[in-house]
Amino acid sequence: MTEKDQLIRKEFPILKNRNVIYLDNAATSQKPPCVIEASNRYYNMHNANPLRGLYELSVDATDAYENARKTVADFIGANRPEEIVFTRNASESLNLIAYSYARTFLKEGDEIICTIAEHHSNMLPWQQAAKATGAKLTYLYCEKDGTLTPEMLEEIISDNTKLVAVTQISNVFGRLNDIKGFAKVAHAHGALLVADGAQSVPHVPVDVQELDCDFLAFSGHKMFAPMGIGALYAKYDLLEKMPPFLYGGEMIEYVTTEGATYAEVPHKFEAGTVNVGGAVGLAEAIRFMQRFGWETIMKREDDLTSYAMEKMKKYPYVHIIGSEDPKEHHGIITFKLDGVHPHDIAAIFDEHGIAVRAGHHCAQPLMKYLGTLSTTRASLAFYNNKEDIDAFVETLVGIRKEMGYAE
Amino acid sequence: MQNNTFYNEVLTDHNLHPVHKYHLEGANFSLEGVNPSCGDDIVLSLKVEDGKIVDGAYEGDGCAISQASADMMLDLVIGKTKEEAERLADIFLRMIKGTITEEEKEELEEASILSDVSHMPARVKCAVLGWHTMQEMLEEV
Ligand SMILES: Cc1ncc(COP(=O)(O)O)c(C=O)c1O
Repeated sequence: MTEKDQLIRKEFPILKNRNVIYLDNAATSQKPPCVIEASNRYYNMHNANPLRGLYELSVDATDAYENARKTVADFIGANRPEEIVFTRNASESLNLIAYSYARTFLKEGDEIICTIAEHHSNMLPWQQAAKATGAKLTYLYCEKDGTLTPEMLEEIISDNTKLVAVTQISNVFGRLNDIKGFAKVAHAHGALLVADGAQSVPHVPVDVQELDCDFLAFSGHKMFAPMGIGALYAKYDLLEKMPPFLYGGEMIEYVTTEGATYAEVPHKFEAGTVNVGGAVGLAEAIRFMQRFGWETIMKREDDLTSYAMEKMKKYPYVHIIGSEDPKEHHGIITFKLDGVHPHDIAAIFDEHGIAVRAGHHCAQPLMKYLGTLSTTRASLAFYNNKEDIDAFVETLVGIRKEMGYAE
Repeated sequence: MQNNTFYNEVLTDHNLHPVHKYHLEGANFSLEGVNPSCGDDIVLSLKVEDGKIVDGAYEGDGCAISQASADMMLDLVIGKTKEEAERLADIFLRMIKGTITEEEKEELEEASILSDVSHMPARVKCAVLGWHTMQEMLEEV
């Protein structure tokens, strides 16, 4: 291990405590102590129900929560903190758009477009919204290597299209999509662009104003933050006109037995007592990433992806899904191994202390389109190192033998 | 490499060189079993005469555990009566839950190598697919 490797590894005790080679970062990342401590500090020093109390502790809790919102807003380049709604995860953020925006403003004759490469979380909410409103859901098919371009959207979009949902980085291909280009095409036809940032926000710099997307959904737990905190970015004027998603405490102004007026954006979307501990953890995770910097994070992930793909390509029975170019993978390497089922592959990796994902990766329609039921995926974070990749490839090339093949 | 792999030779051999994986002509019972979450898929066919399983085969796709388990099951139940096969299925399913005696385990012969699945919750469905499919079929016999 290089000195830098060791420095980074020190931040992730679980990797030593459990002696695991963790290559399932696209599912969830590990958490550094500073994040866990930030949440703990909140509970030990500042905990009270925020936004409600008129006493000092509650004001502390409110500050902690709103400061976290500001950190998140700055991190993704939002125009103002109110454009960040805290949710549980990317799935909830996407559902919020589907329930609040799509079900209110879409009607029969309208169209929603989502790509075939979407995670179920950026597909099922649109299927349901289409059913509920009578709008039509159209799929934009990627090429078999995952390529999706704004020109491909231009081919199928119409002036009936009201929403276009595209993942910024696919959790299967790892490819970075041109959200700015998609937004431009969508806007030219009067449609809004929903970007799924679950895999991109943890791995590449994202600037929502530069991308000009209307919505961006992401999860904290994939970027070193605790589980149970996520965010939805939306342009302020959209949030203003959208109705609440969930109803209850904290999101109202006046309530009578007949009805209510709702709190200001973003609080009208955050019904009930919120997850301050999680929000504080997410803000600390962002500062943690900023301490290392994008240059370090991206270079390490790129270098390791290249290193792994180079090694894997030497074996004719290993087939990597997606681009040939490691730069188009962002740490996500999905593959097939001739003659061995992905569940057996993952089980054998597990016997060797290596955690990888096997299955449909919550993208069954994509798997069907690619002509397969399931695949295996190794996904990196910047705390992985060459030793991890060496062990991964060594195990990989032994699997066929272990399964009884001569070579 | 560790030696204590779950994927021992018996298992991999039944997966790569199954004895009973083919299309059975003249089967009078046939049923498909699927695990939607992992895509394991088998079609089990039996020829049953006077309450006795005189022949059986399966076709399908899936992980080594699902396929080898079906193959070992057929090794065991061909030639047995419906009641004997049902009893073995019951023992197998209890083995996967971790509640059988050593004597019962011996009755499962090679299929007993799957007992470790009782500690592998993600693979239980794979191991029991063939057995569940057979149980369901035998209700019709
Ligand atoms: C591309 C993509 N979108 C959405 C999600 C859903 O994230 P979460 O489960 O945190 O809601 C994931 C997570 O696997 C993902 O990879």
